[in-house]
Amino acid sequence: MTTESLLLGAVAYDPKVVTIWTGFRDWLREHGLPFDYVLYSNYERQVEDLVAGRIQVAWNSPLAWVRARRLAAAAGRTVRAVLMRDTDRDLTSVVVVRADSGIGQVSGLDGRVVGTGAVDSPQGTLIPLAQLAGLGVKVNVRRFDVGVGLHGDHIGGERDAVRALLAGEVDAAAMLDGSHLTFTREGLLPSGSTRVLAQTEPYDHCNMSAVDLAPSALVDRFEALLRGMSYDDAAVRPPLDLEGLTRWVSGRTDGYRALEAAVELFGFYGPAGEPAMPDYSP
Amino acid sequence: MTGHRVDLAGLGLDRGGHLLLRRALAPLPRGARLSVYGYDPALRVHLPAWCRTEGHRLEPAEPTSARGPVAIVVRGEGRDGQWAGASRAGSSRRGEVEKAPPARWGLAARGARLEEGGPEPYFDLDDRDLVWSKVAPRLYAHAAARQWDPGTAVDWDEPFELPPDVEAAVVQVMTYLVENEQAALVVPARFLGRIHPHFREVVQLLAVQVADEARHLEVFTRRALLRGETLGSSSVGGRASLFTVLEESDFALSSFLLSVLGEGSFVNLLDFLVTHAPDPVTRRIAWLAMQDERRHVLFGVSHLAEQSAVDPRLRDRLRAAIERRSDALRDTAGLNADVFDALLLLSAGSWRPEAIEAGYAHVQRLRHAMDEGRRRRLERLGFPADEAAELSALHTQNFM
Repeated sequence: MTTESLLLGAVAYDPKVVTIWTGFRDWLREHGLPFDYVLYSNYERQVEDLVAGRIQVAWNSPLAWVRARRLAAAAGRTVRAVLMRDTDRDLTSVVVVRADSGIGQVSGLDGRVVGTGAVDSPQGTLIPLAQLAGLGVKVNVRRFDVGVGLHGDHIGGERDAVRALLAGEVDAAAMLDGSHLTFTREGLLPSGSTRVLAQTEPYDHCNMSAVDLAPSALVDRFEALLRGMSYDDAAVRPPLDLEGLTRWVSGRTDGYRALEAAVELFGFYGPAGEPAMPDYSP
Repeated sequence: MTGHRVDLAGLGLDRGGHLLLRRALAPLPRGARLSVYGYDPALRVHLPAWCRTEGHRLEPAEPTSARGPVAIVVRGEGRDGQWAGASRAGSSRRGEVEKAPPARWGLAARGARLEEGGPEPYFDLDDRDLVWSKVAPRLYAHAAARQWDPGTAVDWDEPFELPPDVEAAVVQVMTYLVENEQAALVVPARFLGRIHPHFREVVQLLAVQVADEARHLEVFTRRALLRGETLGSSSVGGRASLFTVLEESDFALSSFLLSVLGEGSFVNLLDFLVTHAPDPVTRRIAWLAMQDERRHVLFGVSHLAEQSAVDPRLRDRLRAAIERRSDALRDTAGLNADVFDALLLLSAGSWRPEAIEAGYAHVQRLRHAMDEGRRRRLERLGFPADEAAELSALHTQNFM
């Protein structure tokens, strides 16, 4: 790495991440941007390195964004959400029960067991549980901690929660709307086997975060190039497909309010961004 | 509202409903609005998730009535760009092939619409003049139609009695045939993965050729062990001769050595067995194998004749290949003496001197027929008669 190159951090939640960022790197370099990337095994270290300036931009989960913002504020720095995928906007989470369950409405979950994704999954755990709490429903949580530290990028926890629901081990399961569609298409959830009891308001997912220590000309060039990536371009289509987007759109931060509230509610991070969840160890 | 609408009725997106959505969205311009109706209970959850991944936007429907639309899909660019720059991998018309199909066409069907990008597998045999023959489609169709089942095409229980020595001679010849067919199987198999899939019929033909040889291995082995448990001998000279064919990595030269010269001579040998073998099972399997081998020879001769018409220098290379192989085999003994003696005895049918004399004459005629056949095929490739005779004489004494 030279001092002039832009260094991005990404989390290796899957082996395909190497293919994705190597593909993007090749394309960005071909378009004249001195660019490289490093991979992290979890989001916590990535965010700490971003705020410390060891990397200039980070491909952040929504929870990583929440922490980055707090860490930066505590250090007198700023981070901004430069871009996000078109697919990062307006996600929802659902809480489902078995179709033959006697639970007819959300309040019926009171005192029941809800299966969730990993402890740090915004979509599979934090946001839907905060929604239930906001509705005054007190549930017992059975977490399926798969891929802790990956902030729910690993879908395994949601999948295990669904298996537990079908096996009658939990009364309800929380998951991303898209995961529900995936699980039914896969056949894990037989069509019509579950009933949607609650659906959250739309919220946003990942963003490309930049720290103010980053050379702004490079970040601007990076942003412009990413915006210019076209799904028509065969050279960049494979990494776009792998990363699950058809185009990059502007970053926006008003879609993180539900997650910010959930982080507060469960005390996931302290005000200065310090991890505060007792049994969270990525 | 522009009035575009799609009604999924009770069909969910988890059971194929996306097909109706795609079909309804396809003809609409970007920004057009599609009202989605349906009463699958999960539709309200799945529709936003589907739209996100497909690059469309979703707007809530105005809550007019319970029978109103579930939501409005605003058509985005979606994945339309996938087919920007798409082109056809050549023509789908039968037998119409390109001179130099690009590597990026890869494994796609000839004539398929190709998404741009993707791997560029290297098939080094990618020149029409090197691999293609106009007769390939017809030969393949013929080959596919003439596949036979070793279990039923031969009456393995047909009764016959042979003197033990004559049976041993048959076993020796079968042992030799199996060895040769091993080579005839491996050689085309090695080229199969190197030929650009654009030349599909050539690949198919060679694949069937490999399958032909697999059956030949089976029937010759089965005949060898029909009455006993012991195979005949395999000489160093025989194996060395066959190995020189395996070593040839050039498709044209390999095809020349194996099909035009080797299998061509082999057809004569099988024909000899059809006429002179002492039992009906051997005569039958020789006949079956001969039909297949004739196709192999025909393809080899045809594509080399076409190639040599385009490139007259090919003949120099073919000549050099025979000479090189002859040099390599100069110090080997040639045909396994056991095989020669076995051919003589099985065609004689007994140890009576006059029968042996007749058998010897048959084998001499076989050699003559092989030489004549080679010269004829060499002339078809454009060699003058005297040169064809000279080159035929250089061919391995091991027949194949």
